[in-house]
Amino acid sequence: MTGAVIEVEELRRDFVVRRSAGRLRRERHVVAAVDGVSFSVPGGQTVGYIGANGAGKSTTIKLLTGILVPTSGRVRVCGLDPVRQRRDLARRIGVVFGQRSALWWDLPLGDSFRILAAIHRLPAAAAHQRLEECVEILDMAAFLATPVRQLSLGQRMRGEVTAALLHSPELLVLDEPTIGLDVVTKQRLRSFLRTSQERYGTTVLLTTHDLPDIERLSDRILVLDRGRLVFDGDLAGLVARVGAERVLVVDLAQPGPALDDVPGTSLRSVEADGMRQQLAFRAQDTSAAAVVAAVTSRAELTDLTIREPHIEDVVQRLYVTSQRS
Amino acid sequence: MRLLPPPRTAAALVAAGFRRWATYRQAALAGAFTNTVFGVVKVSVLLGVAAAAGGSVAGYDRLELSTYTWLSQGLIGVVHVFGWTEVAERVRSGDIAIDLARPLDLQVAWLLQDLGRAAYATGVRFVVPLAVGALFFGLRVPGSVWTLPLFVVSTVLAVVVSFGCRLLVNLCAFWLLDVRGLVTFYVLTSTLLMGMIVPVPLFPTWLRVLAYATPFPAIVQAPVDVATERLSGLDALALVASQLGWAALVLVLGRIVLARATRRLVVQGG
Repeated sequence: MTGAVIEVEELRRDFVVRRSAGRLRRERHVVAAVDGVSFSVPGGQTVGYIGANGAGKSTTIKLLTGILVPTSGRVRVCGLDPVRQRRDLARRIGVVFGQRSALWWDLPLGDSFRILAAIHRLPAAAAHQRLEECVEILDMAAFLATPVRQLSLGQRMRGEVTAALLHSPELLVLDEPTIGLDVVTKQRLRSFLRTSQERYGTTVLLTTHDLPDIERLSDRILVLDRGRLVFDGDLAGLVARVGAERVLVVDLAQPGPALDDVPGTSLRSVEADGMRQQLAFRAQDTSAAAVVAAVTSRAELTDLTIREPHIEDVVQRLYVTSQRS
Repeated sequence: MRLLPPPRTAAALVAAGFRRWATYRQAALAGAFTNTVFGVVKVSVLLGVAAAAGGSVAGYDRLELSTYTWLSQGLIGVVHVFGWTEVAERVRSGDIAIDLARPLDLQVAWLLQDLGRAAYATGVRFVVPLAVGALFFGLRVPGSVWTLPLFVVSTVLAVVVSFGCRLLVNLCAFWLLDVRGLVTFYVLTSTLLMGMIVPVPLFPTWLRVLAYATPFPAIVQAPVDVATERLSGLDALALVASQLGWAALVLVLGRIVLARATRRLVVQGG
């Protein structure tokens, strides 16, 4: 633990939106994109920052990197004030904006890395070693000499992540890093991020709409809804909070009666004369082991699987419940 | 906070600007060709005017008019006279966020890349029209050995002044988002006042006074005056010093505007 890398207190950012009202009149509305958000991220943690479109995720990232000026509240990143010490901070953090490019569009990919190494004033040996590592793990050797404008999205994203990691930042901020990528590339990028995070102890803040990203990468989840933080905890806690159900699917040796009396569960379905049954339960009511034990005491089991709640459903439930309240 | 990056970083940025433009060789050649063709038109008109005026006009003889024409045509690409909207585009698209997330002073970083661009332009856009001018129309050979080095200094300063002005126009994008109209207006007025269309000394008095109250003559007329030795010795040094003054003024103004712009920044498009 190296102390908090990100400290945010009562952070708020308003935007003024002008809407036409009538022919000439324009109405001025103040919209709070980030509305009193507080959290702190200790060193080495990987935090998934999720929320619907327009929830304020990207705004938060811009506030953290010093690109936007907060309306009120306090932000500290790596112990620095992002707006006033933007350039010092930029040396210590890496940012990937999934929808923008930090690479030189007209130049070969390798050139961008050389320029960035010079911008970050990296000693040639250190830059070389770091680059070799990224090139190898992300399999980029084949297209280092290709101009960035000719790269596929997946190739370019690998380049973007490398560009953000070249100077070994303390904090890596990823704003939708897997947007538009195919499954294989996503997987490769995730395992690379995981490895680099384990090896260097980099703190990672990740926004995404791709929930498997969060499942695979994050130690902790922050959920933002219309500018407010509505959840802060781990995935299990999020699941418990919205009461998402796990489902135990059991295959029995012989057709049997419906297993509708297992404590803490509700029977979802009975198929093939009771040879396959699905029992739903909530983590806080009972454990998978207890349910399995209860089933085996009633019938002979041949096979079982547990279906974990899908994180999409979990988050959707959270949005719905926070909208009701 | 240090303004200038260390030499290695500065060199990398200049090289990046150079290489980016070097990627588009055909475009540079096409630009040089266009500048040359218009140079032929321009020099023909000016020589016609001089002939009608009895051989020389506003102190320019035939050889000086030719030299003025080919130098000014050669400088078009170097000082990048026409429509540069790169920064405005980055503001408009929100890519400015990338620039802000780097440990660089934005103005210095853009300036260094622009110097790299100018260096590349010198190799094609400057050399081609000058060679054609020298072959077919004749150029005045400088009398002093100091003229060439002073011309180089004057041209670098011209690029800096031009960059400073172009950046100011681009920075308006923070308020306007779409600067196309402004850029068109800028190109029309600045090219005239630079002495790009006709030499500033040929202007009527009122327009000449107006022109010299702007930084624009420092972009084309000044380096051409140095090269053609219309001013020599201390006067030439004073002219270069005035370019330095304009460069400082537009850069400082740019810093103030940029600081205000980033304070009010709204990054477009999520």
